[in-house]
Amino acid sequence: MGGQTVSLVMAGSGGAGVVTAGSLLLEAAARAGWYAYMTRSSGPQIRGGEAAVMIRLGTEPIASHDDRFHLLVGVDWQNVGRFAAEIPLGAESLIIGDPGEGETPEVFVRSGAQQIALPMKALAKTVPDGRPNMVAFGAIAGMIGLTEDVVLGVLRDTLKRKGEEAIAASIAAFRAGVEAAADFPAVPRLPAGTPATSERWSITGNEATGMGALRGGVRFVAAYPITPATEVLEWLAPALPKVGGVLVQAEDELASINQIIGGSYGGVPSLTATSGPGLALMTESLGLAVAAEVPIVVIDVMRVGPSTGIATKSEQADLNIAVYGLHGDAPHLVLAPTSVADCLFTTQWAVHLAESLQTAAIVLTDQAMGQARAVMPRSAAVSFIGQREKPAALEAGVHYKRYANTASGVSPMAIPGMAGYTYTADGLEHNETGTPSSQASDHQAQLDKRLRKLTGYNYGDHWADITGDEDADTAILTWGSSAGPAREALERLRAAGQRVKLIAVRLISPVQPEKFANALKGVERVLVVEQSHSGQFHRYLRAQYDLPRQVKALHHPGPLAVRPGAIVEHITQWS
Amino acid sequence: MDACVQQRDYTAKDYKSDVKPIWCPGCGDYSVLAAITRALATLQLAPENVAVVSGIGCSSRIPAYTSVYGFHGVHGRALPVATGLKIARPDLTVLVTGGDGDGFSIGGNHFLHACRRNVDLTYIVMDNQVYGMTKGQASPTTEPDWEGSKLTPDGAGIESFHPLVVALAAGANFIARCSSSDPNNVADIITQAIRHPGFSLVQVLSPCVTFRPEQQEWKHMVRTAVVDVTDDAARAARRLMTDDGFNVGKVLYKGDRPAYQPEAKGAAAVADLEADFAL
Ligand SMILES: Cc1ncc(C[n+]2csc(CCOP(=O)(O)OP(=O)(O)O)c2C)c(N)n1
Ligand code: SF4
Repeated sequence: MGGQTVSLVMAGSGGAGVVTAGSLLLEAAARAGWYAYMTRSSGPQIRGGEAAVMIRLGTEPIASHDDRFHLLVGVDWQNVGRFAAEIPLGAESLIIGDPGEGETPEVFVRSGAQQIALPMKALAKTVPDGRPNMVAFGAIAGMIGLTEDVVLGVLRDTLKRKGEEAIAASIAAFRAGVEAAADFPAVPRLPAGTPATSERWSITGNEATGMGALRGGVRFVAAYPITPATEVLEWLAPALPKVGGVLVQAEDELASINQIIGGSYGGVPSLTATSGPGLALMTESLGLAVAAEVPIVVIDVMRVGPSTGIATKSEQADLNIAVYGLHGDAPHLVLAPTSVADCLFTTQWAVHLAESLQTAAIVLTDQAMGQARAVMPRSAAVSFIGQREKPAALEAGVHYKRYANTASGVSPMAIPGMAGYTYTADGLEHNETGTPSSQASDHQAQLDKRLRKLTGYNYGDHWADITGDEDADTAILTWGSSAGPAREALERLRAAGQRVKLIAVRLISPVQPEKFANALKGVERVLVVEQSHSGQFHRYLRAQYDLPRQVKALHHPGPLAVRPGAIVEHITQWS
Repeated sequence: MDACVQQRDYTAKDYKSDVKPIWCPGCGDYSVLAAITRALATLQLAPENVAVVSGIGCSSRIPAYTSVYGFHGVHGRALPVATGLKIARPDLTVLVTGGDGDGFSIGGNHFLHACRRNVDLTYIVMDNQVYGMTKGQASPTTEPDWEGSKLTPDGAGIESFHPLVVALAAGANFIARCSSSDPNNVADIITQAIRHPGFSLVQVLSPCVTFRPEQQEWKHMVRTAVVDVTDDAARAARRLMTDDGFNVGKVLYKGDRPAYQPEAKGAAAVADLEADFAL
């Protein structure tokens, strides 16, 4: 992370407009040249429930929230107390509340944070059509040192469609907020940033996932809506037709995965996106894709489970089902992006791998990463494009062997329309030509082949993101969105003189024992960090890899995020 | 036909693979397989441009017995595989084959939505009113008082499902019934079904001689339906509701709702989409 950051929360009940104000703030900060990371939290209501936007701004790219927020602004306090655990405050924090909107919830008061009154509603009333959220926005902007000219530009651009009067009202309310907060206690002010250019993006993890799919060559998507994966689909629905693809809303997840199996069998790289409950429904057909060797990519934006769990909150607890959920022996790929930005790379790589290896790839992202918006450097183009091995010309009289037992394990795949290569793709066990077979020898040979193509493939260095000290004696092992706070913890630990490295595993399955052992050379102790109740990642590592003798695990369920400070504390207290 | 007579290159044999069916001797599915290959020959479709998709069941074994492209998937999910294939590859002729259990029980939801979505598929259901492959249990189309299954020794006790009426209500545009005892007629109906744009449902009464030997009598019980093809859904509904299931050999309903085929026509480069994110 590096650089300076400031962390703030805006919260309020439905209609208070905190998400709107938060988005405006993010946009303005981005234009001012700062980097940003914003997550949202909402209650279970469909519309109008309480909401909070958590924003961290900084002079360098940001991938995690801080341990505490500097500033909490409650436009009103109705039900906001429910979020208390997600909004850690300290004695050095400030709470701004509207005295006309009730008492600050006791859970926040207990933090010892200093409280300041700002009559947002009353101030909003002093300007025609003024709204309290804009007053709050003004107060925050003034306190953190966001200049008015940038903010006014954002207001004009985003409110254009609402007309001049709406813009004027917002500006007036905004100014009232700036003025009222002029002599409030200080929160960190960021130094001026480098003005943003098109080399900087504002993107959510779910959008990055969609973009990665398109870059990888996906042109057919079928899916069934589920929070928090729906936004991947909402981004893809209008984007796909522009590049010559289509998206179908299927009748359920059983249909969506089978539709993409059909599309991919037809030669078009295909993908679906879902969340845990949908992934559970798809597991039988994942086995089909593996056995029939049809490349497909399934994005699982994890949320709290089991069953329908908590739809709007994050957890990393679908690891077991993704790795072990399939019936029979079904070697397949499981990958996990390590940041919002990496959602793009990992999804693109997953498409490339699925196509190259003709198998199913599951990509595990989560709500926290998927719905987070980051202002980040533009993602560099990489050359991974879905590429399937096509069969060579056949000699006369020779029957095409779709499931030929090749040395690499990859059998050249014909697609319908190619004359002379007709075959039946089969989920039943089969021989090399695809004819169903119940013979042990065919089963053994095909299982060997389906495993061999995955284990014999060279995944290069992408299997993990490794950062920190080469000669570290301590390693943090993590995956997915927990890699963000782990990265920040790593920096703090190194700044304090510790020799530490971070291994964020991107290729969960198949395992990479040699590379893993290499990465752990010289490491004496390992802290495993994840967001699951039972420590699924820790157990997986123990089952699959040799770990150093000293291992500690830091794991807790969602929806509370892993914080960098907790990781630092685990390591510094380990002596 | 005009002067420029098309040369008949393909015969039914060209669509048949050399894999030997595992079906019981006398199973109705043999003649459905023969009818499918005959229909493809009538239409002179190049084998590489045809795909047959199925789920699981005796009847779902058809793809391996043809020499066109085939996809043999999991139980009940043939229709979504075929839907994805046809949408991704509109240039192909896509047939779906399977049984009453596969289509109306485990695959019931897909059946409803395939009728409704109206993708250009031809769905051939070999209805033997039993689960053949799992050795004789009641299927959705089994009569409520059939006591032949160890799973339901006192009979299923629930009304049988009426696939054609349901298909009509769900929006299917081509509904036909035929009997495997008349393979020429089955071939003719399948030919019409393939020609029909959009989703076509062909129910073939196809006896399971092993678990329901009494169905061998079907060949004497069926009768050619004395109806004209109608495009009037209300009339078709009355017809389908009142018939006893043995009126065969005809297209019973044919509408003209346009087929669903989302077009993939954009030609932008992926990099053009980056503007969405640039500050
Ligand atoms: C998920 C799943 N459940 C159950 C089965 C077992 N099974 C195989 S075939 C079949 C029924 C087939 O009956 P039908 O579709 O009527 O075809 P038939 O064999 O009569 O042609 C069943 C239940 C399965 N393969 N998969
Ligand atoms: S069990 Fe019945 S349906 Fe299956 S092959 Fe034998 S006769 Fe045909």
